[in-house]
Amino acid sequence: MRCVHLPLIDEIFEDDIEDVSVVELEESYIRSSWKKTLIILALLGAVAALAVAAITVGAASSFGTMEALGTLLSRFLPVEEPSSFVQLIVLQLRLPRILMAIITGISLGVAGAVMQGVLRNPLVSPYTLGLSSGAACGAAIAIVLGVGVFGQGRYLIIMNAFVFSLLTMALVYGISRMRGTSVEILILTGVAMSYLFSAIISSLKYFSDNEALREVVFWLMGGLYATKWENVVFLAPIVLSLTLLLIRYSWDLNAMSAGEEVASSLGINVRRVRIVCLALASILTASVIAFTGIIGFIGLVSPHICRLLLGSDHRYLIPASGLTGALVLLVSDTACRTMVQPTEIPVGILTSFIGVPFFLYLLIKRKRRWWQ
Amino acid sequence: MKLAISDLSFGYNGSATLEDVFLEVGTGEMVSLVGPNGAGKSTLIKCIDRILKPQKGTMLIDGKEASRMASKDYSRMMGYVPQSTTEVFPYTVFDIVLMGRRPHIGWRVSRRDVRVVARTLKFMGIEEFAGRYFDELSGGEKQKIAMARAIVQEPEILLLDEPTSNLDIKHQLEVMRTVRLLVQKGGISAIMAMHDLNLASRFSDKIVMLKDGRVFETGRPESVLIPENIEKVYGVRAEVIRDSKGRPYVMPIDPI
Repeated sequence: MRCVHLPLIDEIFEDDIEDVSVVELEESYIRSSWKKTLIILALLGAVAALAVAAITVGAASSFGTMEALGTLLSRFLPVEEPSSFVQLIVLQLRLPRILMAIITGISLGVAGAVMQGVLRNPLVSPYTLGLSSGAACGAAIAIVLGVGVFGQGRYLIIMNAFVFSLLTMALVYGISRMRGTSVEILILTGVAMSYLFSAIISSLKYFSDNEALREVVFWLMGGLYATKWENVVFLAPIVLSLTLLLIRYSWDLNAMSAGEEVASSLGINVRRVRIVCLALASILTASVIAFTGIIGFIGLVSPHICRLLLGSDHRYLIPASGLTGALVLLVSDTACRTMVQPTEIPVGILTSFIGVPFFLYLLIKRKRRWWQ
Repeated sequence: MKLAISDLSFGYNGSATLEDVFLEVGTGEMVSLVGPNGAGKSTLIKCIDRILKPQKGTMLIDGKEASRMASKDYSRMMGYVPQSTTEVFPYTVFDIVLMGRRPHIGWRVSRRDVRVVARTLKFMGIEEFAGRYFDELSGGEKQKIAMARAIVQEPEILLLDEPTSNLDIKHQLEVMRTVRLLVQKGGISAIMAMHDLNLASRFSDKIVMLKDGRVFETGRPESVLIPENIEKVYGVRAEVIRDSKGRPYVMPIDPI
């Protein structure tokens, strides 16, 4: 047995331990790892800074920046407490909504990066896999027909959206499994299901009364306006724990990007990793869009932006993509709240308005054509 | 490390691609699998790497049944180099080779992991590409990167699926010389699916000739690469001459 010997690499290199170029290579890799860590920390800082800035702006213009910040500071520091009106606006309206934007952005960014990685396809997002349209269909059924799997009122819609979204994913996966393990079939099935759901939604809209129609349209455009503290408290632990779980699969996702055969020869159970990652990413997306409605493009674009920033290593890509999603959604939602006062624009519209031109810019401008 | 395969059969949807294959590979041996398209060379490589699961037969590694080993342990013994590698996303060469450390890494990349990758890049002569993106490189360079990824697994058996197809003659020779160097200095074994009979002749201790999923002939290059065998297996009339070192050199003449 060879196990008493030195491993292969050391046997070949027994003579030149202190090779200068080898040491240089090691150092440059370690440097680049630090750089990636710094980029992630910078993104984290940017999200935090933007969140604080977003607290100070809004439709209620009767108080200023300092008062808004004072509401937060007075919790921890001995400064004068602002009036209860200011406190109400900041703590009950703005803060939960800002946190919801961050949570939603993280979940869409993380799920997008994981889905693209596990399916080895740059066009995949919760949208293309039919998750979003499944959720929309579930919500529309609850709104228009008033029937659903569980709950009442607003929670009927939320539960319906969640359950339909996950059922769609299970269906898409199940159908694609009947034709072997092909990723292309899975994506095509998802796209086909999206069309089917769009048709169902259209017919529901067609037969619904004015009020229900308005509500369906609003849901489809997505938004964070209805956010309550209880939603944030409910979603934050789910999103955080699923994100951490998915980050643990980074190495498997890295290996799988080289193809199923190489991954399996590196000791990875490809089918298991694929099912687990898709399931976790689907739950992550479904639980958030059930509350917010459809918010387009973040799941697709955040991973691409981050691959440009720090490459495709999922250990860095997943957290970075989550933070980028949070950043984009926070900026969009803040703009939505403040641009056309006193009303607001649904955030789903704005993310697509920002996302699509940026994505087209990437497609045209990039020199490396790695999506081919 | 000694690999002994007996009675191995594998088929897709009922039709057999491999039937009753037997094969023995000893430590420090270079073995080439040859045969026409569809003879089962690549399938056999994938069965050995457990990418495909044979329906029948035994595979013993130092007397231990391979199918019972944990996949992580197995991936530390077998390094697999696919025929071609494509990357959908932009990975640097260093990142790609580092993936080969997967069987050894928990979560954190240790100093030794980085060192092994750096040394292997240097050994393969591709250290200048470390920071470049994979899809910017030529076919020959990509093949070396795929080999480097298998080498950093620190395997005891290296499996190569047509390592020289799509390469120019310089890269063909470089790749084959690297495999030989690894076998000689690293004390590992190599099993290669080969199209080029003359490269196989020059770089193999043993040649296994496959026909329709069965082993047609096994032995040293000079006993396997004879006109009769080439005619029966490939359906090609050929002349076999000897090069200056006495190794057989196959010159195909006419299809029959």
